[in-house]
Amino acid sequence: MFKLFKNFTKKDIILIITCISLVTLHVWLELKIPDYMSAITQLVQTDGSKMSDILQQGTYMIVCAFSSLICNIIVGYFAARISSGFSVTLRKKIFEKVENMGIAEIKKFSTSSLINRTTNDVTQVEMLIGMGLQAMVKAPIMAVSAIFKILNKGFEWSVLVAVCVAVLLFVVSTLMIIVLPRFEKVQKLIDKINSVTRENLSGIRVIRAFNAEKYQTNKFSNVNDELTKMQMFNQRCFAIMNPIMNLVMNGLTLGIYIIGAILIEKAGMLEKINLFSDMVVFSSYGMHVIMSFLMLTIIFMMVPRAQISANRINEVLDEEISIKDGTFTEKTKEVGTVEFKNVSFKYPDADEYVLKNISFKANKGETIAFIGSTGSGKSTLINLIPRFYDVTEGEVIVDGINVKEYKQEILFNKLGYVPQKAVMFTGTVASNVSYGDNGRPKIEMDKIKEAVKVAQGEEFVEKMENKYNSHIARGGTNISGGQKQRLAIARAIARDPEIYIFDDSFSALDYKTDAILRKELKKYTKNATSIIVAQRIGTIINADKIIVLDEGKCVGVGTHKQLLKTCDVYKEIALSQLSKEELENA
Amino acid sequence: MRRPGQTSIQEKSKDFKGSMIRLLNNLKPWKIIIIASLTLALISAILSLIAPNKLSDFTDYISNGLVPKTEKIVEISQKIEQNIEKSNIEKKLESIISNNNLSNEEKIQTIEVMKKMNNSKDKEESIALMSLLPDKVLSYLINDIEIDGVTITAKDQVAVLKLLSEKENIKDKNEVLSLIDKLPPKVYNLVKPEINMEKIKSLAIFMAIIYILSALFNYIQSFSLSTVSNRFANKLRDEISKKINKLPLKYFDTHENGDILSRVTNDVDTVAQNLNNSLATLVTSITLFLGSMLMMFITNWLMAITAVLSTLVGFILMFIILGKSQKYFNQKQEELGNINGYIEEMYSGHNVVKAYNGTKETFAKFEQLNNKLYIANKKSQFLSGMMHPIMGFVGNFGYVMVCIVGALLVINDVISFGVIVAFMIYIRLFTNPLSQIAQAMSSLQSTAAASERVFEFLDEKEMPDESNITKKLKSTKVKGEIEFKNVKFGYEPGRNIIKDFSVKVEPGQKIAIVGPTGAGKTTLVNLLMKFYDINNGEIIIDGISTKELSRENIHSLFIMVLQDTWLFEGSIRDNVKFNKENVSDREIWEVLRVVGVDHFVKTLPGDLDYKLGDNDTVSQGQKQLLTIARGMIEDAPFLILDEATSNVDTRTEELVQKAMDKLTQGRTSFIIAHRLSTIKNADLILVMKDGNIIEQGNHNELMARNGFYTELYNSQFEL
Repeated sequence: MFKLFKNFTKKDIILIITCISLVTLHVWLELKIPDYMSAITQLVQTDGSKMSDILQQGTYMIVCAFSSLICNIIVGYFAARISSGFSVTLRKKIFEKVENMGIAEIKKFSTSSLINRTTNDVTQVEMLIGMGLQAMVKAPIMAVSAIFKILNKGFEWSVLVAVCVAVLLFVVSTLMIIVLPRFEKVQKLIDKINSVTRENLSGIRVIRAFNAEKYQTNKFSNVNDELTKMQMFNQRCFAIMNPIMNLVMNGLTLGIYIIGAILIEKAGMLEKINLFSDMVVFSSYGMHVIMSFLMLTIIFMMVPRAQISANRINEVLDEEISIKDGTFTEKTKEVGTVEFKNVSFKYPDADEYVLKNISFKANKGETIAFIGSTGSGKSTLINLIPRFYDVTEGEVIVDGINVKEYKQEILFNKLGYVPQKAVMFTGTVASNVSYGDNGRPKIEMDKIKEAVKVAQGEEFVEKMENKYNSHIARGGTNISGGQKQRLAIARAIARDPEIYIFDDSFSALDYKTDAILRKELKKYTKNATSIIVAQRIGTIINADKIIVLDEGKCVGVGTHKQLLKTCDVYKEIALSQLSKEELENA
Repeated sequence: MRRPGQTSIQEKSKDFKGSMIRLLNNLKPWKIIIIASLTLALISAILSLIAPNKLSDFTDYISNGLVPKTEKIVEISQKIEQNIEKSNIEKKLESIISNNNLSNEEKIQTIEVMKKMNNSKDKEESIALMSLLPDKVLSYLINDIEIDGVTITAKDQVAVLKLLSEKENIKDKNEVLSLIDKLPPKVYNLVKPEINMEKIKSLAIFMAIIYILSALFNYIQSFSLSTVSNRFANKLRDEISKKINKLPLKYFDTHENGDILSRVTNDVDTVAQNLNNSLATLVTSITLFLGSMLMMFITNWLMAITAVLSTLVGFILMFIILGKSQKYFNQKQEELGNINGYIEEMYSGHNVVKAYNGTKETFAKFEQLNNKLYIANKKSQFLSGMMHPIMGFVGNFGYVMVCIVGALLVINDVISFGVIVAFMIYIRLFTNPLSQIAQAMSSLQSTAAASERVFEFLDEKEMPDESNITKKLKSTKVKGEIEFKNVKFGYEPGRNIIKDFSVKVEPGQKIAIVGPTGAGKTTLVNLLMKFYDINNGEIIIDGISTKELSRENIHSLFIMVLQDTWLFEGSIRDNVKFNKENVSDREIWEVLRVVGVDHFVKTLPGDLDYKLGDNDTVSQGQKQLLTIARGMIEDAPFLILDEATSNVDTRTEELVQKAMDKLTQGRTSFIIAHRLSTIKNADLILVMKDGNIIEQGNHNELMARNGFYTELYNSQFEL
């Protein structure tokens, strides 16, 4: 947690110190109020006091209360500024860090966890700071000052206050110990009820087809009852909190008065009045003491939670980025070549190699395809070209230069990468197609249209309401999977890269569209090199070179026809998709 | 902790009154508990109103014990003086000296005093001198007197007179009080102020009872209300879950799952929790507010007006801030949603952002969103943080005003000090509930909005009732014949996408449905399974129209294996046998063996007990095999089969293909095909495009036609 506090700027620290002093002042003023109260009480009690005296004390008291309000408001303003400023800085830091991470680091944390760390965890820490600057500083100061004020005013009363504090702390902490773990269980049950419902909705056709409605309803009922039971227990426990708190506070006042009556009865004439005013004051200080202890307990409950969040944030910020940027920014002599030299790769923490000793070279204008069953390492291999991962052994060379030497920006300018899962951003069709920066002037509308046309997206884009300016929802949820994939391909085309990388990018297209798209693409990108990963034989059947991968090893290189004769793995894959005669006809 | 998707944006309900009435109607089963708890809340509020009054009495009793009984002092001093005058001291003194009872020393002392007394004419001085006389002499000189049954000796009398005479010269009040402390004990007991301990005791007991009762009622009340609200939530959730089964599939095809999900969890939760909190709060707060106002006016109208007026300003201020902060709060939620969405988007598209050099652009956009959030966040935090201090000040201000006006009144003997104490508490009771009422009202608003959404779902039109259907086909006796007769269908009225489709399928035939993605292949499944009702024409199974059969009956005739492998969180055993009862493990193993996953299942920890979840141990293809196994267990005369996705590795794919072939044996099957090679031997191929069936026939017929099918078929070899 304290590590995160290093993110405070000098200005923040000055503000924080100001806050602390203002809170101290605020507490001092707040505690001054009962003093005036007691003065007023005494004045009222004794015969012959002048009204002007009472008015004077009253004015002091209001001035006190008002100044304390002003202090409080200023502290509130600063606290809001500091905590939101802090969260903004923190969020930015995490975001930038994550954006600079390689896929290895992202995989290590998982995307959803990173999202949570950037959003929820930051909010948690922010809340603690916002609350902390006010309550965390105020509670101890308040408690200590209030205790000091009453300490020499009556032993019996002090004991009573201590007992009340003890009772409250006991009740609150017992409750927390009982309820907090159950809160987590409730959260899990809510997740479970969500997942059962989601299951019911996503499987609605299956459930109906199997006449399993009752089966599922029973399942839901069970979780529902469990959730209700758990939640009811928690709430019933918590229901005790309020009455006990009231009881303790009322009991405290009553107790102070009873003790007061006894003390006054015993005391000499001179003492009586003093005791009485002490008593009135005590009843209000006692309340302050109790309230501050309550506040402290609540904060103590909050700190561990924020601590967990802080740790999670620190993990991200401390993560070392494994991909170090290169320095090469010049023009290369070669254009459009990709070469793997004895490349082996394994994931950082893994024992086994995903890729073993892969070598090949793609020349300008060639199409190189990779095929193999799931887990054969195709996608991993292709991810080595844009340096999403660094090779464990060997070299990946683009345009004659090792990818590690490039300044990443320069390398990316050469590449047109289309991932397996098409990524769409909120915006328009045009903004999605022209996304990014390729080191040249911003992509024009004509170019966008051309790219979409080649990617076989013209027909559906023209049908959309605002054509190229049509809105694309977050994650592209308002267009189909096939449409997303076509726009993702258009994005790569619009970039005019030297080298295209298609990571199984045609899978959501039907055979026909797939075929036309590839034909058009070939025409359009005659000079560009294409690296394709595919599942379907049809997609790669005409590649210049097909590389067959099996368990990370290259088991065959050649054209379709050659491989059918020489490579068993390839033949097996081909036969599972097309019949013998179809293969021969093709 | 906030769940994702759950925001605190204040939702406004469309029809607040209507929704609340409906909500209350739904709460009828718990009417008695609710009324009882609210009554308890009311009583407990009233009790806490009585308490300050009693506390005020309490204070009065104590403050009665502060001031000495002045009248008594006056009475005593008068009596003593009279007594002394009567005693004729000088004469007696002379006779005393001749009295032999005195020692010489005492005699000398007495004579000395006498001499001095003769010289002094001052009464005060003579009293002081008198106190120097020996006790024996004094008791002889002055008779004991009796006041209120207490005998006061001569010595004490003189002492009293001496102290009282000193009092004349002292102006300081405290010193006067300390003089009283010096009075002889017997006299002191007579004048000392007395606290009526008996009364205090009974009052303390009474108040303790009030406090305990109030706490007890309070607890019972929240205990039973939380019981009710949770039971209610339970009921709502159950109703929603049951409702899901009664709605036509059309509803789910046109509504987002996330929306229904949020009704089950967030909305129900909002309704239950808010109801739990706000109902009792509202009753208590209103009672406290009105009650404390009433009590204040009863106790003292002038101070009541002071209290009300001095807090009023604060409240107006508070409501203004509340309104303002609500605006910024909504804004903050919106900005937070925006930035969270952006973060999610950028993180999930991380590789594209990177590979397209979009990082700079991304940072700029993020900075912009982050700054917007900063401003909204700062403002909303500041404003909402101001509420509490202002409330505190309102309390303090009222407090002071009450004290000042109270002090004025006390000095003028209009009220006793206890009234001030009571008002100090009333003012707290009076200021707290108002903000609570405001909070409860706004939470009722969101309750209404949430309950509207829940009820809206529960009110959705259900599928037609089928209780009048009498015909029933037994799955064991069905031959497997099916006929489409002039079937017309469209998802929207007036727009038929299947126009007049007729075909007859003989038992055991294999029908393939092909077409590009989005061509509407699932439409046929929807009609066969009676998920949707056809607009015109008939589907006839073994001579009986599906219109005359119940959905349940039709479903029992079909095995359905879909492309999206629907498996739930649970053991492999549960997933394979699903809702079918009395399935032995042997049967399950048998089926798993037939589809070829028995070896795989045996490698899993706990084999059949292995819990399927979000883990990657079980691949897509293996999941597909498990769904096929589930279909086999069900065993029915018809089969609907959606072929495997392309995301399956080659070896598993072969297994899946084999398993599917086995499943089609002896059944009339409808196969949605993605790979044309597998359906070439189908008895009938239906070619679909844009929702319509455009060609039908077997492979050779269709190829001969050289139409869309031919095009589709050839495209898989092209580049």
